[in-house]
Amino acid sequence: MASELALSARGVRMEYRDRSSDTRLVAIETMDLDVADGEFVSLLGPSGCGKSTFLKIVNGLLTATAGEIRLRRNGKGREDAMVFQDAALFPWYSVLDNVAYGLVCAGVSNAEARKRAEPLITLVGLGGFETKYPYQLSGGMQQRANLARALAVDAPILLMDEPFASLDAQTREVMQAELLRIWNAAKKTVVFVTHQIEEAVYLSDRVVVMSSRPGRILADIPIALPRPRALEVKRSAEFTAYAAQIWQLLAGQRAPAAAAPES
Amino acid sequence: MAVESAAAYRVIQPRARRSRSSLRRWYRRNERNVLGLAGLVTFFALWQVSSNLGVIDDLFFSSPAGVYLAAVREAQLPRFWRDVQYSLTEVSVGFLASFVLAVPLGLLIGWYRRVSFAFDPWLNFLNAIPRPALIPLVVLWVGLGIEMKTIIVFLGGFFSIILPTVEGVRTVDQGLLDVAHSFRASQRRLFASVVIPATVPFIATGVRLALGRLLIGVVVAELYAQTQGIGVMIARAADALDSSRMLFGVLIFTLMGVLTTELAGRIERRFQRWRPSANLDLEEGN
Repeated sequence: MASELALSARGVRMEYRDRSSDTRLVAIETMDLDVADGEFVSLLGPSGCGKSTFLKIVNGLLTATAGEIRLRRNGKGREDAMVFQDAALFPWYSVLDNVAYGLVCAGVSNAEARKRAEPLITLVGLGGFETKYPYQLSGGMQQRANLARALAVDAPILLMDEPFASLDAQTREVMQAELLRIWNAAKKTVVFVTHQIEEAVYLSDRVVVMSSRPGRILADIPIALPRPRALEVKRSAEFTAYAAQIWQLLAGQRAPAAAAPES
Repeated sequence: MAVESAAAYRVIQPRARRSRSSLRRWYRRNERNVLGLAGLVTFFALWQVSSNLGVIDDLFFSSPAGVYLAAVREAQLPRFWRDVQYSLTEVSVGFLASFVLAVPLGLLIGWYRRVSFAFDPWLNFLNAIPRPALIPLVVLWVGLGIEMKTIIVFLGGFFSIILPTVEGVRTVDQGLLDVAHSFRASQRRLFASVVIPATVPFIATGVRLALGRLLIGVVVAELYAQTQGIGVMIARAADALDSSRMLFGVLIFTLMGVLTTELAGRIERRFQRWRPSANLDLEEGN
């Protein structure tokens, strides 16, 4: 059973030193999380609950104060690749060079990296925009390029940090459906961070609900909606029930947290 | 329901498009250049006329025709071309040296906190020195020759470029650095793909600033040393009460300034095609 896990986190804790007051802030109290191969798991919680921090620890951008994370080894390169919140494309590179970036960093030659980036640009629906600069793309298209860049390094685990947070409601829905299509085609394990209940339920096999700071896991809810999921699923009774259940959890969180004295 | 009485509504309609003659359309497209040129021509005409009428005394301020004749005369003198070459050498060597040293050093100071701790006090202190005050000291070191003027030019350029470069590195978008780290970019690639491209607009600002200061440095240093160069030509012309030749010298420095700034602008736009504003400029220029 354990060999089927793509990611396993045990006792991950994150503290920051707050420079102004010289106290220690606890961003993540403690976190245990297992993600199976090919699973789509969302981390859901209010802002400041440490869900993005957790993702950055997995990616190696931050170092945890305590705990351990295991990623299943991938013989041919990186285990994980990050899809960033604000697209974070290099404004001075074309779409093609942005998507090829991860490969170039991994030591692949420029020409070869571009060749390997090409099919992913097509996969995310950006065919024909290879030579455009990021400023010439809409927000949704920038996120498609951002996703293609992460897919290009062919890591089995995708870490997605609120990638659709800054998109308008319509574009966001389109991108959610697109993500499921691409996830299905690319066969990845996804850890998806979001603060949107509806987004988490629609996309995920499991929604991991986190408390506000200090972050810890409140509930781990399997979503048994059938796949493939069309956008209409969002209007089904089961979907609404899941959303209501999670909303209750988060709402129950809010009241006592507000009453408790600041520590 | 139909609109019953026209008087009860204020009607907003598109402006009627009048058909224009081709001359009018040509003018609309070139209005900026036409009016700019007209302004210049008017200015020179007024200047020439007031000189002819004696409103402006030739002794103190020459006329456009006078400057032109002085230019024709000068162009035939080998001394003039030696002066031009002399000044150009000071400017180009001084500028290149300042660029080649200021950019890498600025990148290092901006990027490495420890390097910046060590250099920051010096940068601010040295930048505060008015450069011409250093001329006598530099003369003491290297004499009155071309080296002295080149060093003065270099100092002006160096600080104009290094300060914005440092600033540029310090304001690189953390999100883009995260991307580079996330994909495990080597330190070299981090600089090539993030730090340097993000700093280019700041370096360009520094270069533009430097070009202005450079010319001031040349003029002041040449006037001080009185050996060779266009600055000396201006001083000699003034001694001889030859305001035509003087103004011609000023014109040469002005042209140097205009041409180098234009050249720098072109190179800058070439490097910044990814910026929406840079492209707007290009399209407008077409």
